[in-house]
Formats: sequence, structure tokens, C-alpha cells
Amino acid sequence: MILNASGCLDALTAPEVAQSLDAFVTKTVTPLPRQGNEPVRIAETDFGMLNSIGLANPGIDRFLADTLPRLAELGVPIWASVGGFSVHDYAVLCEVLDDRDEVAVVELNVSCPNVSSPEEEVEEIVAAARAATRKTLYAKLSPAAPDVGAAAAAAARAGADGLTLVNTIRGLALDPATLEPRLAQGAGGLSGPALRPIALAAVFAAYRATELPIVGVGGVETGGHALEMIAAGASAFALGTVLFADPEAPVRVREELEREASARGFATPLAAYAAAHGGPPPTPLRRVA
Amino acid sequence: MRRELLDVVRVEEVGPYRLLRLKRGRVESGVPGQFFMLAPPGRLLPRPMSLCLATRSELGFLIDPVGPGTRALTAVVRGERLPVLGPLGNGFRLDVERPLLVGGGIGIAPFPYLSERLGRPPAVLGFRTKAHAEAAALVPNAKVVVEPRLVTELVDPERSVLACGPERMLRAVAALAPTAQLAWEAPMACGYGACYGCAVEIDGELRRLCVDGPVLTSHGRGLTPVMSERDAA
Repeated sequence: MILNASGCLDALTAPEVAQSLDAFVTKTVTPLPRQGNEPVRIAETDFGMLNSIGLANPGIDRFLADTLPRLAELGVPIWASVGGFSVHDYAVLCEVLDDRDEVAVVELNVSCPNVSSPEEEVEEIVAAARAATRKTLYAKLSPAAPDVGAAAAAAARAGADGLTLVNTIRGLALDPATLEPRLAQGAGGLSGPALRPIALAAVFAAYRATELPIVGVGGVETGGHALEMIAAGASAFALGTVLFADPEAPVRVREELEREASARGFATPLAAYAAAHGGPPPTPLRRVA
Repeated sequence: MRRELLDVVRVEEVGPYRLLRLKRGRVESGVPGQFFMLAPPGRLLPRPMSLCLATRSELGFLIDPVGPGTRALTAVVRGERLPVLGPLGNGFRLDVERPLLVGGGIGIAPFPYLSERLGRPPAVLGFRTKAHAEAAALVPNAKVVVEPRLVTELVDPERSVLACGPERMLRAVAALAPTAQLAWEAPMACGYGACYGCAVEIDGELRRLCVDGPVLTSHGRGLTPVMSERDAA
């Protein structure tokens, strides 16, 4: 199952790209509209990309009234990513999404790299969201937690149905001539190839710490990378930065993944599930919603 | 939304700039002022470039090799292929009377193609140095100034101005000619609305230049989108 990473695709400006995915994850919606951060917002680094978009979004009211009905017309399952600045924000967002049939899954963005999210807070947010909605709930966690396994376990205790791992990790790039930050905000979230081993470690740790299904995100560019995510314990994966360069990446990665799995003797890509953990394949497979 | 792999024909020196010529393949040339995302070998992100030249068999991009991406794009040789996505965004409105092209530095990049489409109107171009000004040879009917003189000296506000250049130049042009069409620039990761990196204040709020631009106008106030041929179609 291939998704996009939240904030890495606008299904309304590129519907055919969204339709090449198994589900579309929206850009994070917050209670109030946000213009986002002042530019400059993005910078390429040697092995990745920094962004400080700042959760630009139309706010939940316009999202429900305008964006969501248009997204539903695309015929792709929709995962609504929600974010806020208090436990209450998340609860309110989940409550208003609860009776919206267009939404298949609610993904809680509790890991924006510019907002600290200690374990207790993750647990509190997920519990409040759980109380507010019957929807399938995924918690998107940060790789910056000192113990990702503990954060994953906290989300599971609080009632999450699944985990998305990982969000970006904070990084800084300086202009070599002026030695000033290249982003207007200073630091930003690092994504792309540099994030891949970090994401893989987080998926690996969360698989061992919980029974929840995992969407692996972070630096996946090829079918081989996707197969590694699956082997680490993800039963689905999302494409992020690679979509910026290659809108056809979902189609390409899907084909590559089939080939890579088959070349290693797996009947299907998901037959490689948790292979990195050794022993016989675990059953049942924790399928993503 | 398809990227095409285009064959490199050659890279020509134009003063300090480079003219990257690619075999055209099945790529449409689009409206002048629209842009293409060119993927530099070895880099993570593609770079937005406006089309400089379009012939039946080639597309040409004028590039200033100032950073790792633009240097990689201009270091390619015949036999290599570059992924190209486009045309993207909204180009210039071409239904204008008495056009005048106003360009600064590498901002003249879309003018050779624009000039052909508009029937070779007059152009005024400003450059940092005489060497940079060699690029003026690509633009028909051009008057050229070199710093410390500024191109705004030559702007006739009675004409329909189509401008491309650094932001300071564009703001000065907009002050002189409020209805001028301004080809704006911003860093972009994707070019098709996915990354939200290219935010510019448009109609009073931060909006994506790749979706609402890159050609904007000011009407003497803030920036607003220009309805191009592509939108009208």
C-alpha cells in the first residue's frame, strides 16, 4: 500500500498523482487557517531537503466545506492529517471529522519538527482524539524522540490504531557565502535520503515495541527502499520528497517493489514483512487500514 | 503529469551564462513565461527554468551557473538525458498592444521565445557587467544598459510592459508601469503545487507561485495573478 507523506502532494493540483496512490494523505489541517511561514521556506542540502512551510492550510472550516468534497470526487481513500497546538485542538478536529464519510483515516500529526512533543503529550493527544472519534486513528511520530519505541507504545496505550513513522527531523543549512540560515525561520525539517536510515530505525523500534500496523515514511525513493521499510516492520509506506522531483514515483516504485521482492524470492512484497527481525514471518500481518 | 527524458544536444557559452539545448521530444513549448522543472544530475530536487528558445527540434534554457543545481545542469554533455517536467504555471498574456520587454540579468531567459511569439517587439535589458550583457544578442531589437545604469531608465510606461528580472527590478518596473506583467521567481521544490515552498504574497496572502504565477501583475498595489492564454483556453 503506497501513500504520500502529508504535505508532499496537493491532490487538487495533481489529481492524477493522487490517483496513482492507494490512499491520499492531506496536508495537515489545523483549527484555524494558517498562511504558513515567511519565505524562504525550502532549501536543498547535500543529502536531503529542509522545509519550514509552517502548516499552511485553509483551516478546518474551509477544509470541510470546500477541500474535502473536492478531494472525495477523486475516488481515492482520504487520510485527513490534523494538527494543533493543544490537546483540545486535536479533540475538536477529530470530533468534526468523525461523521465525515469521505475520511477513511485520521492521522494525528503530533510531530511537527518545530513543536516539541514529549511522550506524555503524545499519549494525551491520542487519548483525547480516541475519545472524540470512531475513525481509524494513526499517530505520526517524530524520529527525534529519545526512545521511539516508548513513544510508539504510548500511542498504542492511548488507543491509536496505527503509527506513521516518521516526520522530518530538525536541521539547519547555512548560506556558504553569508553564513546566515538559508531558511527564513532558521531551522527546518530535514527529509529525503538523509532521513532514510533514521526512519528505518524508528520503524524497526516501533515494530518491536507495539502490535500496531506501521506506515513507513522517510527517504523512500525506490522499490528497494520500500522493501527495506517493509522488512523493518512497515506494512505500508509513504512517498514524500521524491514526489517533488518525480510525480510518477508511485507508479515506478510500485513496479520496482514487485521486482525487488520477487528477485529475493518473496511471492509478494508483503511476504518480506518484518524480515529484518529474523525468525519466521509473524502472523497475522498487521495490515494498514 | 509526465516527466520526459530529453537528450542533451549541447551547452553553449553566452558570456557567463550557459544555453542548454535539449532535443524537444514530445514536450510542448507552452506559453512564454511558463516554466519547466529540469532535474540536475546528482541533485535531489529539480530546478525551475523558463524556456528561452523553442524550435521544431529543440528546447533551449538560459542558465546562470551559480549554485550546485545550475552548475550540474550546465555541465551535461551530449549523450546524457535530463528529466524535464512542464510546461507549468501561467505564462504572459500575449494579447497586448505595443509590447515592451524589460529584462535584468538572467531574467532575460524567457525573452527570445517571448519576442518571437510577440513579433519581435522592442526590448530593454540591464546587466551587471559587459560580459553578462553578451546575452543580449539572443533578444531581437534590444537596447542594453550595464550597471551603474539601470534598465528602469529606458522603460516607457505608455507601452505594455512584460518584465523579468530580480525582485528589486520588478518592483521598480511595477512602480513605473502599474499594469506591467512581471515574471516572478521563488525557490521551488516541485513546480506543480505539492511542496508549498514557493510562497509569495499574492492578493494579500502567501500563495504558491507555481500555481498562481509565475507571471503576476501589481496594478499599483500588491501582486495579483495574470490570466494567461493557458487559463483562458
